[in-house]
Amino acid sequence: MYNYKHYCKNLHKYIHIVDVCFFTVSQEQIKNLYQRFQQLSGNHEKISRDDLERIPALNNNPIRKQIITAFFDKRNQHQNDVGSLDEIGFEQFLMVMSHFRPVNSTATEEEKVTVRKQKLRFLFNMHDTDNDGIITLDEYRTVVEELLSQSGAIETEVARSIADAAMLEVASTNVPHMAPDDFYEGITFEHFEQILKGIEMESRMSIRFLDMNTATMRCGKLSS
Amino acid sequence: MPSRTVSHGASGRLRGLFLVMVLVFLEGSVFTVAVASSDQHSPITAHSGSHKATDHGSHNNTGKAFPVLDLNYENVRVPFEISLWVLLASLMKLGFHLVPHLSNIVPESCLLIVVGLLVGGIIRGTGETVPPVLDSKLFFYILLPPIILDAGYFLPIRPFMENLGTILIFAVVGTLWNAFFVGGLLYGVCQIGTESSSILSRIGLLQCLLFGSIISAVDPVAVLAVFEEIHINELLHILVFGESLLNDAVTVVLYHLFEEFSGIGSVTLLKGFLGVISFFVVALGGVLVGVLYGILAAFTSRFTSHTRVIEPLFVFLYSYMAYLSAEIFHLSGIMALIACGAVMRPYVEANISHKSHTTIKYFLKMWSSVSETLIFIFLGVATVAGPHDWNWTFVTVTVILCLVARVIGVVGLTFIINKFRIVKLTTKDQFIIAYGGLRGAIAFSLGFLLNKEHFPEREIFLTAIITVIFFTVFVQGMTIKPLVELLAVKKKQEAKRSINEEIHTQFLDHLLTGIEDICGHYGHHHWKDKLNRFNKKYVKKCLIAGERSKEPQLIAFYHKMEMKQAIQLVESGGGIKMPSAVPSTVSMQNIQPRPSTKPAPERAIPQLSKNKEEEIRKILRTNLQRTRQRLRSYNRHTLVADPYEDGLSDLFLKKQKMFQIEKKLKEMNTYLTVPAPPPDSPTMCRARLASGKHTDFKPDQVQKGNKMCSDPQAYSIKPASNKVPMIQVDLASPQSPDSVNLLDEFGQANQQEEEEQGLMMKPPSRPREAKKPSEEDEAKDQQRLMRCLSDPGPSADEDEDGAFLP
Repeated sequence: MYNYKHYCKNLHKYIHIVDVCFFTVSQEQIKNLYQRFQQLSGNHEKISRDDLERIPALNNNPIRKQIITAFFDKRNQHQNDVGSLDEIGFEQFLMVMSHFRPVNSTATEEEKVTVRKQKLRFLFNMHDTDNDGIITLDEYRTVVEELLSQSGAIETEVARSIADAAMLEVASTNVPHMAPDDFYEGITFEHFEQILKGIEMESRMSIRFLDMNTATMRCGKLSS
Repeated sequence: MPSRTVSHGASGRLRGLFLVMVLVFLEGSVFTVAVASSDQHSPITAHSGSHKATDHGSHNNTGKAFPVLDLNYENVRVPFEISLWVLLASLMKLGFHLVPHLSNIVPESCLLIVVGLLVGGIIRGTGETVPPVLDSKLFFYILLPPIILDAGYFLPIRPFMENLGTILIFAVVGTLWNAFFVGGLLYGVCQIGTESSSILSRIGLLQCLLFGSIISAVDPVAVLAVFEEIHINELLHILVFGESLLNDAVTVVLYHLFEEFSGIGSVTLLKGFLGVISFFVVALGGVLVGVLYGILAAFTSRFTSHTRVIEPLFVFLYSYMAYLSAEIFHLSGIMALIACGAVMRPYVEANISHKSHTTIKYFLKMWSSVSETLIFIFLGVATVAGPHDWNWTFVTVTVILCLVARVIGVVGLTFIINKFRIVKLTTKDQFIIAYGGLRGAIAFSLGFLLNKEHFPEREIFLTAIITVIFFTVFVQGMTIKPLVELLAVKKKQEAKRSINEEIHTQFLDHLLTGIEDICGHYGHHHWKDKLNRFNKKYVKKCLIAGERSKEPQLIAFYHKMEMKQAIQLVESGGGIKMPSAVPSTVSMQNIQPRPSTKPAPERAIPQLSKNKEEEIRKILRTNLQRTRQRLRSYNRHTLVADPYEDGLSDLFLKKQKMFQIEKKLKEMNTYLTVPAPPPDSPTMCRARLASGKHTDFKPDQVQKGNKMCSDPQAYSIKPASNKVPMIQVDLASPQSPDSVNLLDEFGQANQQEEEEQGLMMKPPSRPREAKKPSEEDEAKDQQRLMRCLSDPGPSADEDEDGAFLP
């Protein structure tokens, strides 16, 4: 199989990629992901938006659009680049996936903080669509509206009021004292970290599939 | 104590007085109980006593025309004594918190046991027999269910489900291990120590195993009592607590199995195999019974909108029925209760009124805390009551084995579990889990149930069980708090969930499901999502009445949060302090993108000319018009179509109002402190509020805001006040007809209240004086709000609810 050869040829490269972003993962898992990638792309080297949109299980996901966009967002590629790609190769695919790896149990506090920051940054980028470093009220409203979009006839007003209340909360926890004339522009990354410090992001935002110790066998069976 | 009371001054003295009162009462109750118990245990004397009483009565009859004072204690004895015990328990609970620093050092459970010991001692000291208070029937059918239901109903489902695997392994494998380890080794010790004590050598292997299975189960009551005080982080709490709940099935099966075996005396392989099957039947059957009753309860609550008053009763009755039904078949009653409570809660909560919800909450908490108190007191009393057979070898070996088994079990199991967990359990966690394995009254009651014929060693067992309970509750319970501090184990975050966290929790759920789908890997996010979808699509529609069935979780959460804030605000004393959720001056206007229709002219011109005033008036009027329309549609959705929200919208209105009062009060303060207020500030403020309607998230906020807005300003800037009331009157006039409309929707019960609040809206009832006693009004208003919110009178409730129904 040509693609498998291609895969083998590049294996060391992929491992290098994932090593770069502390993404320790077994060869088996990379192989599994690669097979899935092939399946999605229809044995092409690159994957496009349409390929992802065709996944049937994703149809019911209210934030489907944002998830797919995140895959093509250059900001999630660990390079200081902005903008979006039209299609991504397997490397980029791995890069995005690497955001969902669990923290190693042996990780030091520092590593945990870094991982947490990365994960939060990924979320933040999903919200901050125009990449100005701030989640504005409008952006936040969109998020909430999308989140509620699957639940039938929800008036946008309710979604808005929820976003407003959430924004108010952010503003009041981070900038407790504002004069009536001040204007809170939006959530910066620091504030974003602040409001989500209650959620243990480093463990929450991880998928077992990418856990090298445990699920290797199971996943191997599943995706082969 | 006296020196302490002196140092604490007047309040301390009062406290001391109270304690003395409690003590006196304690004595009194003990004596009555003692007397009563003597009656119980010597029926002849009691009988003759009552005879005497009746004789006396008849004698009186002949002597006097009518017995003015008659004594007949026997008639009321049982309920009277029950009330006495409950009262004693409640007063004790109350008393401990009045003694300063005491609750910081010693856990309540220990103190209660000590009180029980004292009471038992006094009863015995008076020469009476101590009543068998911790009777197994009483314990399992009356005292235990409220605690378990409370635990099940308020079970934090998300952490519970996320850690279900770990909890199950600890509960099932851990308990099995403990039972067999303790039982087996104990038998060995008994055999080795034959010559030193001949009693021990008679204890067979089966008896030892039965004893092991009784003593190995971690007790939910004890765990709850201790863990509630140490505020440990959610993960550890749910691990230990979940284990204590779920190991019930194992205990039940082992108990019945070994009891059966030791009764017959022969063990076959087939029976052992049947025992394994019976475990699954007991556990799954219990859960099934619970789920069935839970669904029934949810379904029933769908139709209770006409009779709100009995709503809470359904919750209690169905759960109790689930417990009893499970007990009929020797299934795990505890599992049934937990399943019932956890299943019914989300649906019931959506169906019942908020007041009913509060009632359920308070009743459950009240019952469970009284039960808990009684259980610990009774443990103390039962200890005194005996009968005891103290055997040094047996007791010491039991205590040591329990500790060793627990430590080995936890460490060994964690080693396996950690391979499958994303969040690994650290050594500290393991220590707390092992150390938190407290034993309690369930073990004692099970031991109490043992048949004396099959178990001649029952007394030895009971003594050993009590010792283990005392050891775990006193030594471990008292030291666990300092140890938690010492090890710096992560504590529970006191802050309640914020809306941002809720949004992101849901966002994460969907995100992870999406990523799993892209990976083509069906992990547990995928299945959770499937389950959620199924729940939303079918189950909710059947079990939840009306619009609410379609309400997504986030919106439900939002409403709940609003509600909480409203209540908090009112409870915080009429809104002088802001609720902790919004402890700042930030308001909507700070985060709103500036509306394009910003009323620039008002801002530009500091002085109000006649024209400008007219303009403002016009703007305000149009704005009010719009908000009113929105308000009505808002009402139609939340008030009329959804009768469950009875008090809710009312509260919302009040809350908005309170917020405005808050803000105004603050602003007023600044105006008052600044000698010469900037002439444009009131106008600006009003204009800003008015312009807020384009984006404002609560339309009625504007309305109420405007209404309230004028008052403090009128008060603070007297010179300018001749303008302000005029605006206010014009403001109010288009509003009054609408408020009548509103009233119709609010219904009869609220009419009074609404009219009272509406005083300010209506031009005729509002005097046009420049100086208004607005602060007084506010205070009164707040008082009224507090009253109507804090008064959950059943009749009012009924009226309100009835009125919402078309």
